[in-house]
Formats: sequence, C-alpha cells, structure tokens
Amino acid sequence: MVKNITVKNKKRKKIEIFDIINTFFILLICIITIYPILYVFGRSIMSDVERALRPFAIFPKKIDLSAYKYILGKGSLIYNGYAITLFRTIVGTALSLIVEAMFAYVISKKKYPLRNALTIMIAFTMWFQGGLIPTFLLVRSLHLMNSIWVYIFPTLMSAWNILIMRNFFAQIPEGLEESAKIDGANEAVVFFKIVLPLSKPVLATIGLFHAVTHWNEWFSALIYVNDNTKWPVQVILRQILATAMQSEIMEDNVVATPPPAVSVQMATVVIVTVPILLVYPFIQKYFTKGMLVGSIKG
Amino acid sequence: MQLVEQRKNKYCISKKIKMKLSNIMKIIIKYKFFHILAIPGIIYFILFHYVPILGLVIAFKDYSGLGGIQGIIDAPWVGLEHFKNLFTSPSFWKLLRNTLLISTYRLIWGFPAPIIFALMLNEVRNRRFKKIAQTISYMPHFLSWVIVSGLAIMLLSPSSGPLVPLFNALGVKPINFLGDKSYFRSVLVVSSIWKDLGWGTIIYLAAITGIPQEQYEVATIEGATRFQKIRYVTLPSIKFVITIMFILRVGKIINENFEQIFNMYSPVVYEVSDVFETYIYRRGILQADFSFTTAVGLFKSVVSLILVVISNKIVKLLGEEGIW
Repeated sequence: MVKNITVKNKKRKKIEIFDIINTFFILLICIITIYPILYVFGRSIMSDVERALRPFAIFPKKIDLSAYKYILGKGSLIYNGYAITLFRTIVGTALSLIVEAMFAYVISKKKYPLRNALTIMIAFTMWFQGGLIPTFLLVRSLHLMNSIWVYIFPTLMSAWNILIMRNFFAQIPEGLEESAKIDGANEAVVFFKIVLPLSKPVLATIGLFHAVTHWNEWFSALIYVNDNTKWPVQVILRQILATAMQSEIMEDNVVATPPPAVSVQMATVVIVTVPILLVYPFIQKYFTKGMLVGSIKG
Repeated sequence: MQLVEQRKNKYCISKKIKMKLSNIMKIIIKYKFFHILAIPGIIYFILFHYVPILGLVIAFKDYSGLGGIQGIIDAPWVGLEHFKNLFTSPSFWKLLRNTLLISTYRLIWGFPAPIIFALMLNEVRNRRFKKIAQTISYMPHFLSWVIVSGLAIMLLSPSSGPLVPLFNALGVKPINFLGDKSYFRSVLVVSSIWKDLGWGTIIYLAAITGIPQEQYEVATIEGATRFQKIRYVTLPSIKFVITIMFILRVGKIINENFEQIFNMYSPVVYEVSDVFETYIYRRGILQADFSFTTAVGLFKSVVSLILVVISNKIVKLLGEEGIW
C-alpha cells in the first residue's frame, strides 16, 4: 500500500518536471521570437542618447518621436508607397480570387470533359517554369514595365491555390446542385448562388494568402519598376535598409549617400510592420486551416 | 452498282463526321458556362507560364536583348555554347557549392526544428498557453524578408546592436555577422529558422491531432512515460507527414533561399552566399546578359525537377504513398 503511493508520487513528480522544462523552452522560443520585434519597436521611439546609454533596453524611459516626424514629414514617399501597397493588395487579391475560383470550379466537375487536361496544364507549372529571365523579357514585351499592373498580372493565379479550391468545391455534395437544378437553377446560378456562398472559408483563406503575399512582395517592383512613386512600401524600406547595410559593411564608408540614422531605419521598419501585426491575430486561423487543406489533400 | 455503294459509303462517312461534329458542338454548348469560366485561367497560364517556357529557347541562342520577340526569332543559334561556358566557369562551382551548402545546413537544422517544437507544443496541457505560444511563434512567417533582414541588420549591427556591449566586455572587436564570410551562412540558417519555426509546426500538429486518443490510453495503461509515448505513438503516426515534408524540402534544395539571401547579402559575402538566382539577377537583369543567364536558370529548373521526381520515386519504393 505504502509502496504503491510512493510509486504514484514519483510518477506525478516526473510529469511535473517534464512540464516545467517543456514550458520553459517554449517560453524561451516565444521570447526569442518576439524580442527582435519589440527591440525595434521600442528603440524607434527612443532618443539617440538613451539608445547609446542602454544598449539592450526595449522600453524607452522617455518617448521621442522625432524619427517618425522625419519619415512621415512632407513629401515623404511612405504615403505614396502605402497607396500602391493598398491598391495591389485589394485589387490584386480580388482579381486573383475571382479567376482562381472560376477555374477551380471548372476542374472540380467530374463530368467536364477538359477537366484532366486543364488540371495537368496548371499542375505542370508547379514543377517547371520558364524562370526569371524569360518572364522578365515577356513582361517587357507586354509593356508592363513601370506599370502598377505588373504587380498584379504576372502572378495573378497560382496552381497551388486553385488545387486547394478545387478540393473544397469537390467536397460540396452533388445533391445540393441537383436539387437546385430541379428547382430550375442553371449552372451560373448554382455556381454564384450556391457553391460560392458555401465556399466562404476557402475563399477567405486563399484571399488572405494573396493579400499577405501582395503586402509583402517587393521583387517585382525592384526589377520592373524604376519610378519610385510607384513603389510599394516594402521596396521603400528595402532601399533605406540597403544604404544602411552598405555603410555598415564597407569599413571605409565609401557610400555615395549618407545612410539614414538608426532611428529612421527602425521607424520605417515599424511603419511597414505594424499593419500586418495588427491584422495577423485575426487572420492566423484562416492561414492555419488553408495550409492544412492544401498540404494534406494536395 | 459500285457507284451506288460508293455514294452510300460517302454518305455514311459524311454522316459520321456530321455526328462527331454535332457531338463536339453539343459538348461545347452543354458546357459553355464551364468553358467561359475557364477562359481567363487558360489565357493566364499560357501567357505567363507557357510562353516563358517557350522563351527558354534563348538559352540556345545569342540574344542581344533588343528587338523584342522578333529579336529572339532572328538571334543566331549557338547550340550548347552557353551551357559549356557555364560548366567551365569557376563561378558555376561557387554557385553550386553555395546553394548546396546553404540548403543542406538549412535542411539539417531547419527540418527537425519544427517537428521537435510541434512535439513540445503538443505536450502542453494548458490550452491557453499553447494558443498564445502558437500565435507568437507563427507571427514571423507573416513578415517579409525585407523586414526580417532589417531586423537582422539592426540586431547584429557591429556599431549599435545589442551585442556590442557583450563584445566590449569580452574585450574583442564586435563581429560583423552580416559582413563576415565565416558567419554569414550561420546567420542565414538561424534567421530562416527564426522566421518559420512556428509556422512549420502546423502540419505536424494537425497530423498529431489525427492520432486516435485510444492509442495514448493503451500506452498509459501499459505504463508508458511521456517520452515513450512520443517515441512509440506520436512519432510513428506522423512518419508519413514527415516523409512528405522531407521530399518537398529536398525537391526545393536548389531553389529555396533566394528572397532571404538577396535581402541580406552584400558584395563582401558574395563568395559564400551567391546562389543561382542571385547570380541570374545580377548578370541577367542588371547586366542584360539574357541568353547566358537563361541557360543558368534552365539548368537550375531541370535539376530541381529531376530532384523532385527522384525523391518521390524513393519514397514510393520505401512503401509510402508518394505525392503524385
């Protein structure tokens, strides 16, 4: 009897130690994840003096917004950049979603004769692509250079997203469609009034995929757009950081333009990061779901 | 008599053709709504995916970059010259070495990390704590590489970063992590783990959720410790998912690092960080050497395709169900 109790106690103790260690490491990972972000946020509102005096500090003793006043001052490219980013995020996402849903619905229909051909046509593009240079030359010959539509059209549709949607559409019971048809609905009514409303979860997920991709995308502006009034915020930030990094790495400081102050770099990072951090908690669950639908059934 | 037969035959054939045509017409009409829905997608994929594949011909030509499509058609054929130049140039081996080394380091450290973290998260009993930990650790995935490289520049800065006092205390010159050949690859590996550790757990956590609870109950009754449950119940149950994820990673071994490297590297560390895509960008886009860099890109795409096919075959031989 006594023996039994000690065994039980031992077991419980062991579990507790496991939990403590496990919790400790998870907490550590969370701190490591969040520290760089807090560091930059906190220090972007510190004065230069305080930053020099307290090298690790995250929370400022006194708030100094001069860096923000400087980058958000008159003639700042940031406002323009945000307008471009918002445009491509909203218009690009809406367009992508519409054409992807249409295509996905078509290849979800077992009775449609071109179904396999079209599926193979898009699936092939996941494995083999023309690559950077041929795409660049194509965009150039389509006269999309220096146009804001270059942010939207070359990456309008993704085979991966279409396949995720197709799987979702294919799961919708056919009975629904048949009963609607008996009631006199045609194909268009079935798609727009029955299938799409039922597919809100997958549409939200894929829409958010596109939105976040658009928000974060910078490369197309770098190669296709010279006009800096058409740059999205990411590229403006990149430009500021690039000059900063150059000066940091070149020991002899042979940079043509002086690098922006650390506070300005930090404030720019914050301005570009804040929107995504604000919406992130609300969109996270859609992403988690979407990723699973895609990768398990894909 | 013959004439009648011939006529009859002709009539039959034309009737058959007519039937076929009318069948095709019927199909076209019957599915016209679906055809209309598919048209934008067909145009998009042909224009932005298959036309660039056709554009790969310039890898076998000497295209000057002028004259658009006509210029490509008129450009002289040079056969495999660009590929010969590629394989005999010292940069090729540098690019291949950097690509493979960086990807391999990322595979060794970055592949097991989310699996371990998923197992850790799965052992958390407090659901709220688990949820908060997930929310925090998924977050960096949503930041662009531009932002992450910005964070790296600031945190690793040898003049103003938080590590500077540590180096001063040790009495050494602060290490310039982003500008030092011997540290740069480690920075790439660590920052990529930082960005995607949490996100990578999602797939494994979902697979773990699918494990029947009875298996754990049986293990508990048989006196298994928590480590034993992880080892003998959880891990074998998610083996399939791990295999699939591994194949996907190996398939991408040659082309997965571009955005990160491009935002973090600088001429000082080209020697250890230049990979195929960064090279294609500099030599192709900046110096307009289109034909040669298309050859580089084609080489890379073909190798990548072969890798995916081979790794999938291996998995099938192992008895698991492949991705196709």
